Amino acid sequence: MDALYIEGLSKTYSNGVHALKGIDLRVKEGDFFALLGPNGAGKSTTIGIITSLVNKSAGKVKIFGHDLDTDLVAAKRCLGVVPQEFNFSIFEKVIDIVTNQAGYYALDRKTAMERAEKFLKQLSLWEKRDSISKTLSGGMKRRLMIARALIHHPKLLILDEPTAGVDIEIRRDMWRFLTKLNQEGVTIILTTHYLEEAENLCRNIAIIDNGDIIENTKTKDLLGRLDREIFVFDLKEPLSKKIEHPKYPITLIDETTLEVEVLKTNNINEFFQFLTENQIQVCSMRNKSNRLEELFMYLVQGEKK
Amino acid sequence: MTFQEHYIVFMTIFRKEFNRFMRIWTQTLIPPIITMALYFVIFGNLIGSQIDKMQGFSYMEFIVPGLIMMSVITNSYMNVSSSFFSSKFQRSIEEILVSPASNGIIILGYVAGGVTRGLMVGFLVMVVSIFFTKLSIAHLGVLICFVVLTAIVFSLAGLLNGIFAQKFDDVNIIPTFILTPLTYLGGVFYSIELLSPLWRSISQINPILYMVSGFRYGFLGISDINIFAGLSILILFTIILFSLNLYLLKRGVGLRS
Repeated sequence: MDALYIEGLSKTYSNGVHALKGIDLRVKEGDFFALLGPNGAGKSTTIGIITSLVNKSAGKVKIFGHDLDTDLVAAKRCLGVVPQEFNFSIFEKVIDIVTNQAGYYALDRKTAMERAEKFLKQLSLWEKRDSISKTLSGGMKRRLMIARALIHHPKLLILDEPTAGVDIEIRRDMWRFLTKLNQEGVTIILTTHYLEEAENLCRNIAIIDNGDIIENTKTKDLLGRLDREIFVFDLKEPLSKKIEHPKYPITLIDETTLEVEVLKTNNINEFFQFLTENQIQVCSMRNKSNRLEELFMYLVQGEKK
Repeated sequence: MTFQEHYIVFMTIFRKEFNRFMRIWTQTLIPPIITMALYFVIFGNLIGSQIDKMQGFSYMEFIVPGLIMMSVITNSYMNVSSSFFSSKFQRSIEEILVSPASNGIIILGYVAGGVTRGLMVGFLVMVVSIFFTKLSIAHLGVLICFVVLTAIVFSLAGLLNGIFAQKFDDVNIIPTFILTPLTYLGGVFYSIELLSPLWRSISQINPILYMVSGFRYGFLGISDINIFAGLSILILFTIILFSLNLYLLKRGVGLRS
């Protein structure tokens, strides 16, 4: 079954901006799905329409088969959302924010308290339950929004850049939490600017740019299309002369750092041999950027050309 | 959604609203009491002692119902307009908008919060007035009908203001330029019998006159208007404002792009 079904979705804002140009998208039940795109591509508008915070201009949206136009209440019950920006009252206590959300979904007080305890403990916020939300750190605020979104046990969870601005340790904890949640059966749609995050977590990826879906496929297949990688070499000593190789384009970043483009069809040993022959000693080597990031840039820039 | 589910959602919004104004009671409950106590001292005691009886009652007795009603109107209106607008401003309104809560229940929840604050402040002002004059109640049923319906009408009006408001200034424009003049000219401090026929006719367009006079009838048994006309106007305003709010929430005016 489709957790999310979008057909011909369009949005034109009152100022004439065509934010979405008739996109189609399907997310299968149980999937961990990434919706990627540059700023202003239409990600937040898409999420806004799914969560009924933005009125669509045309098209159809169904959540677990429930049409937003005809069966909105049932659709909303299936959906949990963690928005990009903090959207809770900064004057309320953590526990009140979570239990009130349960109340909006018509959960009785006892159930609300039990679930609030469960999720606040899972997200390491239980000790902060009586704190006023504005006193929380950025990472805690993000986790609070996740706890709030889960309180009614949604089947589909949408996270709009959930790890923005949180440190790497908390980010990895959140990844573990989301992976576990997905294994328990919750379908997750994630937008992120950390493409490493999408590569590690998501099985399927759609890339949206300029209001159109320009790619929608399995993460593995998408990465398989990457035919080249750029490696960065840190040298032990500064280069005394300019070096060139016919098969491996070399860019000199500074006198002890080289960038080398390696096609998948080539053998990198060949390049090491070349370095040895030129008596160049390498201290360390790394990928210039995450693989998905390179592909993303290639696809988005390709679209613009 | 079942009736029970609607009730849970309503109680959640109401509890949140109640906790909000109780959390800031020094801003929401105390200032109107101090203001009204000053009215009692200055207009009632100092100036009022120099004024003849008004429709058979001392000036202090005459203005107390009007001043109680004035605090109910202001507080029920301000509670909903400021709370709803700040929910929009902080975007915490999205918590409710993404949930299955129906628009009707959202309105009822906010209005219940406004009515509760209005009635609480009205009650406290009434308690303070006992220190200045003897209060008697002529028609309890009429008094309750008028005060509750007025609080509902102004809570609904406050919600309307909150829906349309784009910035904090917008929340204060209506109370400053419309609500306060209409209240002062609505017979709080005088009987319209004192006015010339022309101004008496003009005053009868002011809906607040009906609310104040009806409420005064509940206390003193005297009124400038027909009580049934007053009740009818209040019911009519309740229906119109509720329907308008419902329509605007459904359309997502001020809430959805």
